[in-house]
Amino acid sequence: MAELILTRNFHRPDSHALRLYQETGGYEGLQRVLALPPVTIIETVKKSNLRGLGGAGFPTGVKWGFIPKGHPGPVYLVINADEGEPGTFKDRYLLERDPHALIEGMIVSAYAIGSHLAFVYIRGEYVQPWRRFARAVEEAYAAGFLGRNILGSGFDLDVVVHRGAGAYICGEETGLISSLEGKKGWPKLKPPFPAIRGAFDAPTIVNNVETICHVPHIVQRGAEWFAALGTATQGGTRMYSVSGHIRQPGVYELPVSVTLRALIYEHAGGLPDGRRLKAVVPGGSSAPILRADEIEVAMDVDGLKNAGTMAGSAGVIVMDETVSIPEALMVVARFYAHESCGQCTPCRESTGWIFKMAQRIVEGKGRKEDLDTILDVARRGAGTTICAFYDGAVGPYISYIEKFRDEFEALIPK
Amino acid sequence: MPKLTIDGKEIEAPAGTNLIEAARRLGIEIPHYCYHPGLSIAGQCRLCMVEIGNNPRPQIACNIQVAEGMVVRTETAKVLATRQSIMEFHLINHPLDCPVCDQAGECWLQIYYMKHGLYEPRMMDEKVHKPKAVPLGPHVILDAERCILCSRCVRFCDEITGTGELGIFQRGDHSEIGLFPGRELSNPYSANVIDICPVGALTDRDFRFAVRVWYLETAKSICPGCSRGCNIEVHYNLRRPHHNQGRRVARLKPRYNREVNRWWICDAGRYGYKFVDDPSRLLLPARRADTQADEVVWEEIIPLVAARLSAYRPEEIGVLASPQMANEDLFLLRRLVDHLGIPNVDFRVPSRASGDEDRILIKADKNPNTRGAELIGLGPRPGGLDARGVLRAARERRIKCLWVLHHDLLLSAWPEEETREALRALDCLIFQGSNANGVSPSAHYVLPSATWVEREGTFANFEGRVQRFWKAVEPVGAALPDWEIIGRIGEALGMGPLPATAEAIFKALAAEVIAFRGLSYRELRDAGKPVASS
Repeated sequence: MAELILTRNFHRPDSHALRLYQETGGYEGLQRVLALPPVTIIETVKKSNLRGLGGAGFPTGVKWGFIPKGHPGPVYLVINADEGEPGTFKDRYLLERDPHALIEGMIVSAYAIGSHLAFVYIRGEYVQPWRRFARAVEEAYAAGFLGRNILGSGFDLDVVVHRGAGAYICGEETGLISSLEGKKGWPKLKPPFPAIRGAFDAPTIVNNVETICHVPHIVQRGAEWFAALGTATQGGTRMYSVSGHIRQPGVYELPVSVTLRALIYEHAGGLPDGRRLKAVVPGGSSAPILRADEIEVAMDVDGLKNAGTMAGSAGVIVMDETVSIPEALMVVARFYAHESCGQCTPCRESTGWIFKMAQRIVEGKGRKEDLDTILDVARRGAGTTICAFYDGAVGPYISYIEKFRDEFEALIPK
Repeated sequence: MPKLTIDGKEIEAPAGTNLIEAARRLGIEIPHYCYHPGLSIAGQCRLCMVEIGNNPRPQIACNIQVAEGMVVRTETAKVLATRQSIMEFHLINHPLDCPVCDQAGECWLQIYYMKHGLYEPRMMDEKVHKPKAVPLGPHVILDAERCILCSRCVRFCDEITGTGELGIFQRGDHSEIGLFPGRELSNPYSANVIDICPVGALTDRDFRFAVRVWYLETAKSICPGCSRGCNIEVHYNLRRPHHNQGRRVARLKPRYNREVNRWWICDAGRYGYKFVDDPSRLLLPARRADTQADEVVWEEIIPLVAARLSAYRPEEIGVLASPQMANEDLFLLRRLVDHLGIPNVDFRVPSRASGDEDRILIKADKNPNTRGAELIGLGPRPGGLDARGVLRAARERRIKCLWVLHHDLLLSAWPEEETREALRALDCLIFQGSNANGVSPSAHYVLPSATWVEREGTFANFEGRVQRFWKAVEPVGAALPDWEIIGRIGEALGMGPLPATAEAIFKALAAEVIAFRGLSYRELRDAGKPVASS
């Protein structure tokens, strides 16, 4: 069993308390880190091959490097804790069970990018995670880890905890920024990118909770150590949320190179009651589906990309033979139709249309041209919108039909 | 300036120009809905996609600025296919109600569908239903089903008026434009959202169902509603005279002028034309003796008026010119006044209601040509009386003959009873104007004027920009342009022949009045030119 980094204290009932966090080494190296030149931290994170764990898998250190050098105004760090990708619940565990890990990660990351005000945007439905995290922020202020002149380093950092209102799109980084600014959670046009002009028009780095939790470990134990945990292009471990028809659903922290087969059968106990695997969604609902014969694949960003799907948020949804794929598509399509922000025409109009078609097919009222219409509409709309939401919806639309077309056709009256 | 290539044609455009505008300069139209040059970039409609360089993904032209060496292609197979897809998405939930939609004929969904439509509808499911015929304010009505959510109206209220009445509510294909709670779309510029709405979602409560737009004709004009002089188009209907209760002018629309009003006009100006086809129009010249008014022909009344003006000593005559009149009218009037040596001339009559003003377009001075009247010199001559002095002198019977052009003196800031007394005391009251008002019923001579849409001419706005307006419709009845009435009286007074055209008068004006020197009527073109700085 590989070493647990982010989840090492999860088994302790009081893992969220500052006392326990400090007893297990938390905040210990902070003083030393805050004496390093910020650019050293950025370089270390670059070399570690840490990639964003919220969904897009963008190299974290590279993103940090986009902040304009010597920017005269404020720079913001925003933590994306709006975990909404169906099948994903890892950030919830971190907020509930190890909130100080996120705070320490924020201190180091904010220091690296020159930010003195950080926002944590927590999904509205996450009440307990918010309570735990907000309490931890209070503890950190009281202990001198936040606020002015942290540990005598001369570095100041304030943290604002902001609760979302339940829209999936607010997990998209620029949608999140709009929402944080008090506007409707509409993704913003790029360029400009947030690192140039983000929240409140200031350079802004938006990072996922889990990503940031890795940072103190990387800085203290070295880029090489972290990189060696993973593959050539992605370092470290990550937390897999495993759900669906699985014997032991839950969060598993494993090296990114673990295979999907090993995750399902060795770590999560396989399928219950001797049922047969039918399909797996490996990276949250937006990731194209894999058939049972396609699970011999490494779970890192590039491994899954090469398999025609994506690592996304590492939300692994296991489906056994009892699952109707057309019904699954209908459910997923309903989700995307409901959550499309409505800003860009292709996404706004076609998510609703595709749901209507999928629903008709499930209800036995499909037309034989429906499947090709869905595929064509999805392909034509892909890549035409402001944000990646629609491309995320296209993942299931196309893969469910392409890989399980017989099942759909069986439902369509001859 | 960056040099780039669009569809194989080279163009230089200033840095910061986006690709839609750069292409426009080459005469290449990149279809778009949400982009508007007067508003921020939204990038929502996704229609303006073009191919740039070797980028495999088409990009939206509205949010890409010109760059040196950029190669843009707007008509590739990929671009055309993308446009067709985006048009399909725009239309799947759009009602097929063009025959009863007031936007038909000037709808950008129709226009782009003709060129980029899929023509084979694939959407067989129930469309999304949304509120219809929702009044948003006094002038604007919303059909949310027709809305394509381009957000131009929302941005207009956020960015131009700063009033923020509108938002987009709900999500996905249930998104709809609406008012924030407790608000109504009643800002002084609200109807501009109708102009910028590319589809039939926002229509004009005043205009809708009056005339189908394909029956309308257009004349370039200037709004006479205040001293800003916003450039407008007059849309008039002669082809279907039985529509719109016989009113010829159907609506006014803003006309772009970068220096004056950009794309906008205020609601007061937009709806301020109703006097043109109003029953109160004066149709025929008339003379009144005692209580009996006789309608007469111009050939009869002109010599009579000329005779009366010659019958009094110049000091016994008052002339109240109007800043509603065009420069050509005012210039001929000044000549006539000088010819007769009348010292009591003025054009300033303060109105009772104080004019509203803002930082956008609206000016407190509700006259289009105050500056022109000042520059041409329609103020009191040395020793002459101003307007109020003229009325006082009339009460005292020192002024015996008064020629009022357009003013309704009873609506002036002066006490109404004093004005009535002055008018009653006159030996001879000449009223010249387009519509009956408080003065006209007591006039001994009524000279019916054409309104500004029934003639051509120029106004000088508050900044001294001289701008042309063009004739849209014929004058009603026997009405004539003010300059022609004045010119005919002048002719009868022996001042020489009536000038043939407004342009001829402008030429004389430019030769004689210093501020207008160097200006040519034709070269004013659409956008006008400033007078010489004083």
